Amino acid sequence: MVDNRGKKNTGSASYADFRFKIALLIVVVSLAPLFLVTGTILYQFHLFSNKMVHAHLDEMVLKHRQKIDDFLKQKLNDISHLSRNYALSQLQEKQFLHQRLRTLHADYGYVFVDLGLIDDSGHQLSYAGPFDLDDVDYSGSEWFEKARIRDAYISDVFLGLRGQPHFIVAVKRIWEGREYLVRATIDFVAFNTLVEDFTMGKTGTAFILNHQGEFQTQPPKGTLKLTMQQYMNLFEMGESVRGGAVSRKNQSRREFSQDPGQSELYQIAREYEFPKNEYTTKRPHKYKTFTVEKTAQNGAQYLVIAAFLKNDDWLLIFQQEKKDAFAELNKTQIIAVLILLAGAVVIIFMAFFISGQLVKRIARLDSEKEVMNQQIVETGKLASIGELAAGIAHEINNPVAIMVEEAGWIQDLLEEGIDKADNFEEFKRALKQIETQGHRCKGITHKLLSFARKTDSRVETIQINEFVTEVVDLLSQKFKYANIEVDVQLNPHLPSIEASATEIQQVLMNILQNAVYAMEKTGGKIIIVTGTESQNLTISINDNGPGIPPDNLARIFDPFFTTRPVGKGTGLGLSICYGIINKMGGRIDVDSKVDEGTTFTIVLPLDKQEPKS
Amino acid sequence: MAVAKILLVDDEVPFVDTMIKRLTKRNMEVLPAYSGDEALKKLTDHKRVEVVILDVKMPGMDGIDTLKEIKKKFPLVEVIMLTGHATVESAIEGMKLGAFDYLMKPSDIDQLVEKVTEAAAKKRVHEEKIIEAQMRKITTRGR
Repeated sequence: MVDNRGKKNTGSASYADFRFKIALLIVVVSLAPLFLVTGTILYQFHLFSNKMVHAHLDEMVLKHRQKIDDFLKQKLNDISHLSRNYALSQLQEKQFLHQRLRTLHADYGYVFVDLGLIDDSGHQLSYAGPFDLDDVDYSGSEWFEKARIRDAYISDVFLGLRGQPHFIVAVKRIWEGREYLVRATIDFVAFNTLVEDFTMGKTGTAFILNHQGEFQTQPPKGTLKLTMQQYMNLFEMGESVRGGAVSRKNQSRREFSQDPGQSELYQIAREYEFPKNEYTTKRPHKYKTFTVEKTAQNGAQYLVIAAFLKNDDWLLIFQQEKKDAFAELNKTQIIAVLILLAGAVVIIFMAFFISGQLVKRIARLDSEKEVMNQQIVETGKLASIGELAAGIAHEINNPVAIMVEEAGWIQDLLEEGIDKADNFEEFKRALKQIETQGHRCKGITHKLLSFARKTDSRVETIQINEFVTEVVDLLSQKFKYANIEVDVQLNPHLPSIEASATEIQQVLMNILQNAVYAMEKTGGKIIIVTGTESQNLTISINDNGPGIPPDNLARIFDPFFTTRPVGKGTGLGLSICYGIINKMGGRIDVDSKVDEGTTFTIVLPLDKQEPKS
Repeated sequence: MAVAKILLVDDEVPFVDTMIKRLTKRNMEVLPAYSGDEALKKLTDHKRVEVVILDVKMPGMDGIDTLKEIKKKFPLVEVIMLTGHATVESAIEGMKLGAFDYLMKPSDIDQLVEKVTEAAAKKRVHEEKIIEAQMRKITTRGR
C-alpha cells in the first residue's frame, strides 16, 4: 500500500548497525574485566612463581654446594685424622697404608683411590693404591708446591702421572723436625657423581669450574651452552656481587698465600658455621648464589646460577634452559590463556547470537508496529470517510427530498385530472424541477466519485492546487451549514510535487474537517493559501475559531488524543496527517491562540528526496 | 376551515414551495420561511400558526437553535422536526427540547399530514384547557 521500500532498505542497514553495536558492547563489557583479571592474575602468578623457581634453584644450588664442600671437608678430615692418629713409622709402612685404605674403602666406598706419604723433598716414602707410584718424586709438581706451604690442601683436578683425572687431598705434618705430607687421591668418578646427581628437569645440569676455567667435574653433556668466556665472566660477576666484603676477602686470600700458617682446613670448616661477621650480621657471602640469564649459542635462553665453593677456588655452576625451568609456569599460563581465548570466543559468539536474536525481535516488533500503524491509518481513513459519507448523505438528501415531493405533487395533480386548468403547465414545471435536482445529485455523486476513485496511494506527480479545490468543493456544504466562509488563495505558479494523491487529500480533509468542527457552532472564516518558500511548498490553513489551548497543543499529533466526545472522533486524524507529511520529508507547523484561531502550515520539500524513515 | 395552520421552515426553496402546494391541497394553511430568523419573524406576525415544520440542518440559525427560540417565545406552538438520517441525534435532542415529533426527510406526505393533524389537535386541546382554566378563574372570581 504505502510506498516504503526505501524505508525498509535503510531499516535493515540500521538493524545490522544496531546489532553490531550491541554485540560490540557486550564483547567489550564482558571481555575487558575478563582480560584484566586474567592478565593481573597471570602477571602476579608469573612474578610469584618466578620468585619461587629462583628461590628453589638457589636453594638447590646452595644445598649441593654445601654437600660438595661437606664432602671435601670430610675427605680432608679423614686424611688429617690419619696423619694425627698414627706415628710416622706406621705411615711409612706400605702394609699399614694398605690397611688404612681398605678401612676407608669399607667406610666410604671407592672414594679414596690411594694413600701416600711424601717427605719435604717431594719423595713419596710409602704408597698404597692401584698404581705403581712407589718412590715417585713429586717435587716441582704444582700441587706439591702449593700443599707444602699450607696445613691442608685440596688440589684442582689434573691428570698427573697416572694420566687420569683426579685430585689430591693433602695434609702437612711435622714429625721429628721434618715436614711430611699425607696425601690421598680422590676418585674423580665418585666426586663427579655428587655433581652429576644434581640435575633438574630436562636441561638442568651442574658442573664445577676453577679460576683457570678448567672443568673440575665432567663437562656438561653435549655442547657447552655458553662460551667459556661467558662462564669465566661469572667469576668476576660473583666477585662484584660480593662487593666490598669480597675485596677484603680477596686481600685476606692473598694474605693466606703469604701466610702458610693459616689453616685452610679451618677456613673450610668455618664456612658451615654461621659466624657473626664482626662488621655485619649478614650471612657471609659464600652462602649466596648469583644468577644470570644468558642467551646460549643455540639461541635458547639459559638461567645460570652459580655459587663459590672450596674457599672461592671453585665455582659450582648450574644451568637450565629457562623454558625448562619455568615449564610448570608456562604450562599454567598456556592453559590460562587457552581458557581465556575459549571464553572470549564463546562470549563473542554469544554476543553476536544474543544481539542477533534481540535485533530480530526488535525488527519483528517494529514490523508489527508498522502493520499496526498502517491499520491505524486505515482506521483513520475509514473514520474520515464515514464522516464524509454522513455529510454527503445529507447533501444528497435535500435534492432527493425535493424530487420526491415534486413526484408526489404530480400524483396529487393526476388525481384531479390532466386537463384541469393549468395542471399541464404545473407538470412541466415539476418535471423541470426534478431534472434540476437530479443534476444536483449527479454533481454531488461525481464529486464524491472523483474523490473516492483516487484510492491507491502510489506516489505520482500531482498539483496541490487541484486537491485543495477538490477538497474544499467536497466540504462546501459543510462549510455552508456551519456558516463558514472559505477564502482560497492559490498560487497559480505552484510547482508540481511528488506525492500520493489520497494521502494529500486525507491531510487536507482532516485539517479542514477539524476547522469546521471547531467553528460549527459559531461560524467563521477559513483562509487557505498555497505558495512556495525557499525550497519548500507550503499550504497554510488558517481559521478564526476558538483556537487550541496550550495544554492540548503539544498533544494534538498524539494518536488517540481527542477533545471530542466519545463516538465523535477517533483521535487519529492529525496523527495520521503527521505521519503522512513526515514520511514525505515535510513537516506540519501549528500556530494557535485561544479565541483568535489556528493556523496549520504544511511544509513539503520540493526537491525530490528520499522519504525519511 | 383549514385542518391546521402551518409554518414550513427549510432553506431549500423548491422544497418549501412544492410542500406548500401539496399541503394546501390537503386543506392546510401553510406559510413559508427560508431560515430560522425568518420563521421567528413570521411567528410573531402570524399568531394563528399552530404547527411549525422545521428542518434541522440549516445554514445560519440551525433547527435546534430555532426550536429553542420558538419554545421560549411561543411555548404553545407545536414543532415537528424534519431531519436527514445523519441528524437523527439532533432530532432526538429536539424532542427533549419540547418538539412534538420528528420525521425523516423525504417523508411520506400522508404521514406528515397525520402528524400535523395530531400536533394541531394537541395544540387546540392545550388552548382549550387554557381557555377553560381562564374561564374557571373568571367564574370563581365572579362567585
